[in-house]
Parts: sequence; structure tokens; C-alpha cells
Amino acid sequence: MFQSIDFSLLALDAPGWGGALLQGFWRSIQLAAGGYVMGIVIGILGASAKLYGGLVMRDLAQVYTTVIRAVPELVMMLLFYYVGTDLLNRAAQGMGFQGIEVDGLAAGILVIGLVQGGYATEVIRGAIRAVPHGQIEAAQAFGMSPLKVMRRVTLPAMTPHAIPGMANLWMIATKDTALLAVIGFSELTQVTRQAASSTRAYFLFFLSAGALYLMLTLVSNVILRRYEARARRGLIAAHQAR
Amino acid sequence: MRNIVTQMMMPHRLVMAALALAGLVAMALTMQWDWLPENLPRLWDGLLMTLAMLAASVAAGFVLALPLALFQVMGPRPLRWLSLGFCTLIRGTPLLLQLWLFYFGLGALFAQFPEIRDSWAWPYLRQAWPYGFLALTLSFAAYQGEVMRGAFTGVPHGELEAARAMGMSPWLVFRRVWFPRALHRALPTLTGEIILQLKSTPLLATITVTDLYAVITRIRQTTLLTYEPLLLLVAVYLCLSGILILGLRWLENRVPTGR
Repeated sequence: MFQSIDFSLLALDAPGWGGALLQGFWRSIQLAAGGYVMGIVIGILGASAKLYGGLVMRDLAQVYTTVIRAVPELVMMLLFYYVGTDLLNRAAQGMGFQGIEVDGLAAGILVIGLVQGGYATEVIRGAIRAVPHGQIEAAQAFGMSPLKVMRRVTLPAMTPHAIPGMANLWMIATKDTALLAVIGFSELTQVTRQAASSTRAYFLFFLSAGALYLMLTLVSNVILRRYEARARRGLIAAHQAR
Repeated sequence: MRNIVTQMMMPHRLVMAALALAGLVAMALTMQWDWLPENLPRLWDGLLMTLAMLAASVAAGFVLALPLALFQVMGPRPLRWLSLGFCTLIRGTPLLLQLWLFYFGLGALFAQFPEIRDSWAWPYLRQAWPYGFLALTLSFAAYQGEVMRGAFTGVPHGELEAARAMGMSPWLVFRRVWFPRALHRALPTLTGEIILQLKSTPLLATITVTDLYAVITRIRQTTLLTYEPLLLLVAVYLCLSGILILGLRWLENRVPTGR
């Protein structure tokens, strides 16, 4: 079996699938990065709702995170995909447009972002609670508006506490993009399956795709660890003093 | 229990609960549910398949996680690197990719050898679930191995030294002190890992294992309904996760803390 592996199948140009694989990989990275950023935004909003929101907002945020954490990502993604595209189409028709073609990349980012947001809410909530309360009170005592307190004090101060959890979430985001293959997005896993089933070289293609995913994980691990060291630079002394 | 009731009695929560109930009733009345009765037996079979795969892969994965963790904590260097590499590899690639590698790759490979085709194992290897079971087990072992590694290193050294000072053999130290203490530390995260594993099971439907998700997909294809089966699926998974969390918490509370 190993003698018969034909590495020319990985060539970048047309008879080989290398170019298609790399395109799928780039698509996966775009989906993961977009979904991750959207997840952070939702996470900040959700954490603010849980910590500072009124009774109703607090409970709504709780319901959102509970459902996201209890139901399989694949199922949530399917549901978000159909509901999202359906709503967009109806809104477009309501405004007098013909049914619009929803851009695949945007839909994928939306779907991943909504799932990521549930987890990010919990991570960011924990990180905000780890910020000494006196710092936030001091900012309020200077007369800063709530938004300014968030932007200038709470968010920078919570970053080092949030990074380990958020790094974990980035790994989950890169791997969750593979689930979009089931819905029919042409990202790395889907392209790999097409390549494998049309050439019957299953091991070659699945192992190459695995290597690409692993490379992404390992490289982003190194970068995130550096960033964590940088974000923690003021905290190290306090940590050692304990 | 009384605690939950008093928490629910706040006025805004009562209003929200009433709204949610009204929404459910509206869904039950306005949406199309006539496919449900005739499909109940199939849904039940799918649910059993999901639970069987969950239980089997969690049990097998946990057994596999112990050596993985132990090798990383105190194994000789090659074994340590091997298990660290295995955990990194499994945790760094998507489960769906691993699943498809095993099912399509191994499946096609096995079919090439007449020795395997003629053996007793072939009737099993021709089906999809052994590959799903393999992928789920390896995945759970890698994630749980990482947790157990932390739990094993987290047991205070003094306890192990005390056990050794009592003249216990290494195996007895492991069986009486090290393993129970590590397991106790790992219990809270075990609940989370099992829920994550439950959430991975619908991937099995992509390799033709007929779990709950596969049954729902089949229903969606035959009835051409978009939302109703999916909503039912969400409800079932919510209930499953809730029951699992409550059951595991009950189990956790029965283990004495010993502090």
C-alpha cells in the first residue's frame, strides 16, 4: 500500500489536488478567524449582559449559553444556517428585492460566530470577574462613562485572564470549521473528501489535511503563548509575590 | 429542589417562562408534527444508538486515557513522547477528519486483503459503527488523557510519600492512593468531557451510523420539513445534556470529599 502512494496527486496544478487543498485551507482559516472575531464580540456583549444587565438580559444570556453548551455544534450550525438564510431572504423580499443568494462565507462565519459566542461569553465573564473591583470603581470615580470604563479599563485588564480560555476557543474554532463540510461548505475537510473519493487515495489526502490542521494548531499555539506573555507582563510580579 | 422553585418564583422569570410556554404551544399548534407518531420507533432506535456509542466510547476511552496519562507523567522518554504526540495529534485535528480517515481509508484498505475479508471480523468491519467507535474512543482518550495527566501530577507528593512510608508496593500506592485521589480531582472535568462527547456523536451520521441525528436527517429528507425535526432534535439533546449533568452531579456528590 505504501509503495503505491502517488505524491504527484498533491501537485499544485490541475491534475493534482494540492492547489484545491490549499484553497480549502485558506477558506477554513477565513471561516475560523471571522467566526472567532464574531464570537469575541458576542462574548463581550453576553458577558456584559450577565454581569451588568438587568434581570431579563441576565436570564436571556444564561439561556443562550446553556443551549449552546448543551446542543451539538453540528445541530446548532444547521439550525442557525437555515434560520439565518431564511430570515435574510424574507427580509430581502420584504424590502422588494428578489430572493438573494446568501454569501457562503458570510453564512459560515455567522454560524461559527454564534456557536463561539456562547463559550466566549463564559470565558470573558470569568475574566472580567478576575479584575480587581477597585480598578473599575476607580475608573468610575474619575467620571468615565460605562463604555469608556469598558474600553479603557475592564477590557485591557481582563485580557491576560481571558487568554488561556480564548486560546482554547481558537483551537475549537479551527476544528469546528470542519463541521461546515457536513452542511456543504467547500472548506478543507470537504475538499479533502472530494479529492480522496475521486482519486481513491484516502490516506494520502486525509493525512495531508490532518497535517495542515495540525500545523495551524501548532503555529497558533506558539503565537498565542507569546501574546499571553506580553499581556501578562504587568501581572508576573504579582503572581510571584503570592 | 426548593431552591430551584424559589429561584423560579421571581416575577420576571414567571413572565419569561409563560412566554416560552406560549411559544412552545404555538409551535405545537402551527407547525407540522404529523410525521412524529409513525417515526417514534425509529427515533427511539436512534436515541439508543447515540447513547450506546456514547457509553461505549466513554468507557473504552477512559481505560485508554489512563496509560496515556501515566506514560506522560512517569513513563520512559520514548513512551512519554509517543503518548504526548498521540494526544497532540488527536487534539489538533478535527474529529470529522479522523472519522472519515478511519471509515473511508481503513475501510478501503481492509477490503483489499483477502485474509481480512475471510476472517471472522469481516462482518463487523463491513459495518460503519466500529470505525465510529474507534474514532470516538481515540478522541475521548486523548482529551481525557490530558485531564488525567494534570490530575495525576496534582496529587500532593506528601500523600504518595506517606503511602510509600507505610510500606506499600508501587502498585498498591497506585491502586489505593494515587489513582483514587487523581480520579477525585478529575471528576468535575469528567462531566464536561462526557457532555462534549455527547455533542460529538452526531458526526457518526456522516459515516452512515443511524444515530438520532441520522434518523432526523432521514425524516427531513422524506417530509421536506426544514425546522420541525431540527427543533425536536435540539429539544432531545437539551434533555439528554440536562439528565447527564444532573446524574453526574449526583454521582459527584456521593463521592466523599475527605477534607
